[in-house]
Amino acid sequence: MAFADVREYTHLTDEEVEAIGRELDEIRAQVEAERGQADRDHVTRVITLQRRLAAAGRITLFASMFPPAWLLGTVMLGSAKILENMEIGHNTMHGQWDWMNDPEIHSSNWEWDTTQPAEQWKHSHNYIHHQFTNVLGHDNDIGYGILRMSRDQKWTPYNLGQPVYNALLALFFEWGVALHDLDIEAIRKGKKDPKLLKKQLKQIGDKVGKQAFKDYVMYPALSGPSFFHTLSANFTANIMRNVWSYMIIFCGHFPDGAVHFSEEELEDETRAEWYLRQMLGSANFEGGKLLHLMSGQLGYQIEHHLFPDLPSNRYADIAVKVKDICRRYDIPYTTGPLHKQYGQTLRTIMKLSLPNRRTTDNPAPVAPRKRRRLDDSERPTRRSELGKWSAAASA
Amino acid sequence: MTSAPIERTSVLRRIRQAGKALTTPLSPDDYLALVNPLWSQRELRGRVEKVVPETENAATLVIRPGWGWRFDHSPGQYIGIGVEIDGRFHWRSYSLSSAPLVEGKTVSITVKAMPEGFLSDHLVNGLEPGTIVRLASPQGDFVVPDPPPDRMLFLVGGSGITPVMSILRTLDRRGTLDDVVLIYSARFEEDMMFLQELRELSGRHEGFTFHERFTDVDGILAPEQLDDVCHDWMDRETWACGPAPMLDAFTDHFQRLGREDHLHVERFTLATAGTEGAGGSVTFGDGGPTVEVDGATTLLEAGEEAGVNMLFGCRMGICHTCDVPLAAGRVRDLRSGDEHGEPNEYIQTCISVAVGDCTLAL
Repeated sequence: MAFADVREYTHLTDEEVEAIGRELDEIRAQVEAERGQADRDHVTRVITLQRRLAAAGRITLFASMFPPAWLLGTVMLGSAKILENMEIGHNTMHGQWDWMNDPEIHSSNWEWDTTQPAEQWKHSHNYIHHQFTNVLGHDNDIGYGILRMSRDQKWTPYNLGQPVYNALLALFFEWGVALHDLDIEAIRKGKKDPKLLKKQLKQIGDKVGKQAFKDYVMYPALSGPSFFHTLSANFTANIMRNVWSYMIIFCGHFPDGAVHFSEEELEDETRAEWYLRQMLGSANFEGGKLLHLMSGQLGYQIEHHLFPDLPSNRYADIAVKVKDICRRYDIPYTTGPLHKQYGQTLRTIMKLSLPNRRTTDNPAPVAPRKRRRLDDSERPTRRSELGKWSAAASA
Repeated sequence: MTSAPIERTSVLRRIRQAGKALTTPLSPDDYLALVNPLWSQRELRGRVEKVVPETENAATLVIRPGWGWRFDHSPGQYIGIGVEIDGRFHWRSYSLSSAPLVEGKTVSITVKAMPEGFLSDHLVNGLEPGTIVRLASPQGDFVVPDPPPDRMLFLVGGSGITPVMSILRTLDRRGTLDDVVLIYSARFEEDMMFLQELRELSGRHEGFTFHERFTDVDGILAPEQLDDVCHDWMDRETWACGPAPMLDAFTDHFQRLGREDHLHVERFTLATAGTEGAGGSVTFGDGGPTVEVDGATTLLEAGEEAGVNMLFGCRMGICHTCDVPLAAGRVRDLRSGDEHGEPNEYIQTCISVAVGDCTLAL
């Protein structure tokens, strides 16, 4: 849909859209002005907790031939990996802590405990996904190039296998993420620059080698007689982290109510309209403090998409204000308990494995479109340049 | 610091390298620092042991450096210090006032609180002993050769005494304070740092002459007055440190008399070589913004202007906090005029300008 349609859908006038933009800008300015010791304390406490958990988990696993030690060590290590990926790595690489001017916690040099190199993640996620959120043909996070997540994506018999691909993606999510920035679709179409491909493959190879060597060679070897137990524990911890992060991430944009957009959206998009697209395209989930911590505060996905570089510990407070804006302007604010949000996501994945004529309702609507549908040859390749106001938005 | 400190032995290096395989993508030091913040070489660190008042608005910070620190600095050099205030790190550079290799394995810097100096005021009045600070390795060429020249003159104004103090203490310890003149200006007596120690030093060494000058009464020392205070200054190797106008005046004076080769100057502000890069389109990271930058704007300033969050420290090329790899293109170091353009070479964004189009790997 184009922006005229968004406004139709949300009953907003141009003036109201710009007014919402100003309100959101004010929220940002206020948080930026307030950032200080309490925010630093939050991230340093989480980092300390995560490193202690990881160390304790690794040490416990030296005795992994004893089942209780295996279980305890695996849970500690898996939790540490989840914390590192979600609350620490993801948020640091978004630049949420750059204001601290601390070289040890900074987006320019953070490397995380997963197989995807940070540099590639910063491009595929931080830039492409956050800039072109939910725009079909631009945002590769809609189904990760593996799943059909919108009725506007073309159905092929391949999609009949979605329930299986989905389960595999959940289990081996980090490997899916590792390949994400390669842009498999571009490779398939022969549009990928071979030099870039080679560079990226080398980066991934280096990172994967180090990660796998640590989890599947070094620590098992150090465990001596517990070699295979530690190996299976490390494998399990990685699967734990994979399934969890997969679920959290899929609940961010695929529950009912999160809208997809077409590329016309991007033409002449103003800052305020960008905000609106982020709000309508994202979905939250509800839960306690621990759940939010373990999900990197992505239960506040809407707030994260509005302000990807503000400190994550601020999202809960920001959410109150954003919800109020949505109420006052009668804009949908998609949220619900985690199990409900994931249930809807799963239902969409199952439904869209079938062609459109086999399904009646539309679980993940692309808001009404007046223009004719573009076919593949007309679709622009994924954008890689920046829009005119986007330095701040993508930072 | 991106520039890793040099390991003392290859054994230690190998152990650390092996440890890295266990802690990747972190370093072993990230875990050791949980036990003791000083057990890390990733960033040089130090613990503030004591804050010793020198005058009403100046204090000496005695710092115990952590792993990776080498105590072999030359007297007269300065270090970078990064201090956290309300969650944010601020970097400044200060001359070491201690002599190298002192007992107790500490180093000290002496800081004068400036009226507008947000950080210096905090260091003098707000730093609790026990505070962990970040450090940058000693640098600078305001040093006296070893063995020293036969006859030396030190021209000092205000807080310019700090590097000179380190030099004098070293000469004293080595017993080479044989023919040295110090002309030290401060506004008034209470404002003069290390006054008692300097008087005591001149009492002990016949060869050490200490001229105290109080500018509230005597006025600022003009180069022409040099003959009155130190008649044989033309025969001496001279080191000068103090406010910029004073240094400018003496530099001109020495140049006029063709003695610029015998004057060593320390400035506390960035001096550039005056060469300009040509400028060009600079891209800040993969997918980041591209902006046109002229040949006089540093890459750090240009990036900040474009809304990119970039690390910075001293902003004068000392602390290496701002180092980033250069993905493509060439840049020029504003201080030396040297060009750098090796792929993935680390460059200091705070003192580099673009020479044509270039891309930073952020």
